[in-house]
Amino acid sequence: MLSSKAMLDGHGEESPYFQGWKEYEKNAYDDIKNPTGIIQMGLAENQLSLDLLKTWIENNQDATRLTNNGESVFRDLALFQDYHGLPAFKNVLAEFMAEIRGNKVSFDPRKLVLMAGATAASETLMFCIAEHGDAFLLPTPYYPGYDRDLKWRTGVELVPIHCLSSNGFKVTKFALEEAYQQAKKLSLNVKGVLITNPSNPLGTTMSHVELDELITFTVAKKIHLISDEIFSGTVFENPSFISIIEAVIDRKLEKTDLWSRVHIVYSLSKDFGIPGFRVGMIYSNNERLVSTATKMSSYGLISSQTQYLQSKLLSGKEFREKYLEENRNRVKERREMMVVGLGEAGISCLKGNAGLFCWVDLRNLLSSNTFTAEMELWKKILHEAGLNISPGASCHCSEPGWFRICFANMSQETLKVSMERMKAFISKQYCCM
Amino acid sequence: MLSKKVRLDAHGEDSSYFLGWKEYEKNAYDDVQNPTGIIQMGLAENQLSFDLLEAWLASNQDAARLTKNGESVFRELALFQDYHGLPEFKNVLVDFMAEIRRNKVSFDPRKLVLMAGATSANETLMFCIAEPGDAFLLPTPYYPGFDRDLKWRTGVELVPIHCSSSNGFKVTKFALEEAYQQAQKLSLNVKGVLITNPSNPLGTTMSHDELEVLITFAIAKKIHIISDEIYSGTVFDHPSFISIMKALLDRKLEETEVWNRVHVVYSLSKDLGVPGFRVGMIYSNNETLVSAATKMSSFGLISSQTQYLLSKLLSDKKFTKNYMKENRKRLKARREMLVTALRDAGIECLKSNAGLFCWVDMRNLLSSNTFDAEVELWKKILREAGLNVSPGASCHCSEPGWFRICFANMSEETLKVSMQRMKAFVEKNTQQCRRGGGRVTHQESGCNSRRRSLSNWVLNLCSYDREPYR
Repeated sequence: MLSSKAMLDGHGEESPYFQGWKEYEKNAYDDIKNPTGIIQMGLAENQLSLDLLKTWIENNQDATRLTNNGESVFRDLALFQDYHGLPAFKNVLAEFMAEIRGNKVSFDPRKLVLMAGATAASETLMFCIAEHGDAFLLPTPYYPGYDRDLKWRTGVELVPIHCLSSNGFKVTKFALEEAYQQAKKLSLNVKGVLITNPSNPLGTTMSHVELDELITFTVAKKIHLISDEIFSGTVFENPSFISIIEAVIDRKLEKTDLWSRVHIVYSLSKDFGIPGFRVGMIYSNNERLVSTATKMSSYGLISSQTQYLQSKLLSGKEFREKYLEENRNRVKERREMMVVGLGEAGISCLKGNAGLFCWVDLRNLLSSNTFTAEMELWKKILHEAGLNISPGASCHCSEPGWFRICFANMSQETLKVSMERMKAFISKQYCCM
Repeated sequence: MLSKKVRLDAHGEDSSYFLGWKEYEKNAYDDVQNPTGIIQMGLAENQLSFDLLEAWLASNQDAARLTKNGESVFRELALFQDYHGLPEFKNVLVDFMAEIRRNKVSFDPRKLVLMAGATSANETLMFCIAEPGDAFLLPTPYYPGFDRDLKWRTGVELVPIHCSSSNGFKVTKFALEEAYQQAQKLSLNVKGVLITNPSNPLGTTMSHDELEVLITFAIAKKIHIISDEIYSGTVFDHPSFISIMKALLDRKLEETEVWNRVHVVYSLSKDLGVPGFRVGMIYSNNETLVSAATKMSSFGLISSQTQYLLSKLLSDKKFTKNYMKENRKRLKARREMLVTALRDAGIECLKSNAGLFCWVDMRNLLSSNTFDAEVELWKKILREAGLNVSPGASCHCSEPGWFRICFANMSEETLKVSMQRMKAFVEKNTQQCRRGGGRVTHQESGCNSRRRSLSNWVLNLCSYDREPYR
C-alpha cells in the first residue's frame, strides 16, 4: 500500500545507534530527579557555548524581534522565500567559513546553497551527483546517520573504505583502491568519495598526506569529492585543519576538471550548538550543481526568521573571532577531562584534535574479538554503567571494540559522574575477568 | 558528470510560469520608482493581513525573543531537533486546523508530521506512497509547481484528470475514469489522486458531489487520496469548505481501508502569509506513513525558533479567531475589486469563493482557440499591459484562454493600477480585432499577423510531461 521506502527500514533506525537513544528516553539521567538514570553520551551536540549566544541575543534584541534599528522587518521576512537565501546571511557565512580556515581560503557567497540542515545538504548532493544504484565510497568508521541521509530516498549505495587502528584509522591509497575494486565487484558505478573532515567519530582532522591521496585518487578515477566539514569550527589543537578546498589549491588544481567535482557540506549545528535552527549548506565550484541544488533547496529552505537571526549574530567579526576561540578552548578542556577520566580507568582514546567526542579503545574489555562481543559490551555499559555510547559497528568500523563517547552534550558535573561510573564499571569487569 | 535530475532541471524553469517571473524581476513595478514597470500578478501570496500579525508580535514580545515569561528558552530551542516537532506547536496547529473547518472535524497531533513547507510535505508523501514510475492523477488545471514538487526527485508521473469549463471545471466520474484508463495505456501504476481543495488556480472549493465521486473512485481503485488544503483558511464565501476528512466521516468510512489512504497537506504560507517561515505539514491516519514521514522530515525540519514563535501566536485563540475572520473579509473584498474591474473591462472570472487569485476567462481575446494564441496573448499582456499573469497552459488546463490572476500580493492601489492597465489593454485589443472585421476565427489574420508555430518553451512543457497537450 505504501512505498518500499516507507515500509522497509531504509531509515536505519533499528540500529543500536538509535536503540540506545530509545533506552535513554525511557530512563533519562537527571542529577536531581533521576540520578541513576542513563547518561546520554551518544549525542554529538555542542552545549558548551550556548551562553555566549544567549548573551549576544540579549544584547542585540533586533535579531530576534525581527526589527532593524527598531523598525519591523517582519513582513519582508515572512514573505522571503527566495531559494537563493538571504544575501546578508550568505555574505557573513562565507566570511565565517574563511575565518574557520584561518583565512587560507576564501569563499564566494554565490557558490553557497542554503538548506535546512546538513542532513538536507548531504542528501541533495546525492540527488545532484548520483543516479539510483550508483555508489559513494566512505572511509570507515563514519557517522551512522549517513546510511539514512545518503541512501534512503536516493537509492545510492555506500561502499566502505576500510580504515584500521594500525595506522590511527587514516585513509590510505590501498584502502581507497580496495574499496573501488569492491564496488566494481558489486557492479556499482562509483560517483565519488565522501569524507567527514574533521572526522566523526574519530575526532581527528585529515592529514596533508591523506588529502593528497584522496585528491590523486579522485583525479585518476574522475569522480567527485564531498567533504563534510561540519566540525571544522571545533578544531582546538594542531595539526591545524586543512579544508579540501585548500588542499586542492595547494596542488594547483583550480583550473582543472577536479575543481568542479569538489563540494563542501557545512552547518552551524555543531560549531554553534544550534541544531534546532536547521542551518546547513553546500559549497561548490560547480555552477550547474549550485544552480540545481539551489532549486532543490525548495524542499528544505531555512526559515527566514532564522536566517535573519543568524545573519545578525554572525555579522560582527569581533564576536565571531571571540566565539570561535572560546568555543575551541571549552571543547579542548572537555575532551581532556574525558581523556584523563578514561585514562584513570585504564582506557585509552585515539589521539584527537577536534569534534565533540572521543574514539575510545575498549578492545581489552571484549570477551572475544567479534562484533557480537562488542554488542554485548555495549549493552552491559548501557544497563550496568547506565551510559549510552555508540558502538563502532554502528559506525561501520572494521574492527570490534571501538566506541564513540560524546563529551560536549552535558554539564561538567554530569561528565564527572559518567567518568566515575565508567571507572566503577571497568574495575568490576577486570575483577570478574 | 552530474545526475539526470540536474539535466531535467534545465527544462523545468523554462515554462512561462517562471519566465514571467524573470521578466518581472528585471523591471518590477514600484508606484514611485518605477510606475511603468511590470506588476506581478502571478504570485499567490497573501499580503493582506500583516498588520494583524505585527500588532500581535508587538504585544507579545516573548514569542520572538525566545523567552517564556521573561525567562530565556533559547538553549532548549537551539538544541531541539526532535523530528516529532514541538508538542505545543502541534497542539495548537490541530486546534487551528479544526477551527478552519468550523470544528466539524478534529485532528490528533500525533498524526501530524511537520515539514519545512508544503513543498516538502507533498514530495515526502510521494516518497512514502509511490515508487519511481508510479503515477498520481491530478485534476487540471493545477498548481504549476507540482510538476517539480511531486515528480522531480521521486520519479513519480502525473496524469491529468481533464476538467472542462463546460461544468465549471468540476471533477467528474467520467474524467476520473478517463485519466485512470490513460494511465493504464501508458502502463503506469496509479497510486492515488491528488486534489487541491480549495483549488489553485480555480479559487473554488470542491463540492459535496465531487468529493463523493472522488471517494467512491478511490475505494473502487484501492488508491490513495491526497488533499492539499493549504488554502482552507482563505474560504471567504459560500459554499463552505468541506475537508476530505469531513467527507469521509459523513460517509462513515472511518473504520474502512480508505481511512488509511487519505492524507491532508497543510501549511501556514497562504492562510497566515508567512511562506518565508517554512511551515508545512502532513496529516494522516496511516500510522506507518506517519512514522516514515516523521523520519523523512529530518530532510526538512521546521526551525525550532519558528515553531516556538508560531506556537505562541496560534495559542492565542482570541487572536486566531479574529485573524481568520478579518483575513477572509479582506480577501473577499479584494477579490470583488478584481472581479468587478475585470467585468468592467468585459472579462469574466470563474465564480469563486476561496484562494488568492481568480481564474479568468480571456478566451474572447484569443486570436484562435489554441495554446499558441494563449502564449501570444500572455506575452502581449506582459509587454503591453505590463502585467505578469499565469497562462492556463502552465497549469495544464485543457482549454486555451484561461489565466490565473492573483490579487492578494499587492496593495489596493497597485491592484487599481493593474485593472486600469487591463481595461486599456482590452479596449485596445478589442478595437484592433474589430478593425480586422468580423468574428475572430482561426483563419483570420487581423489580430495575429505574426502567426508562430508552437514555441520552444511550450514544447519543453510538453516534454516535461509525458502527454502532449490537446
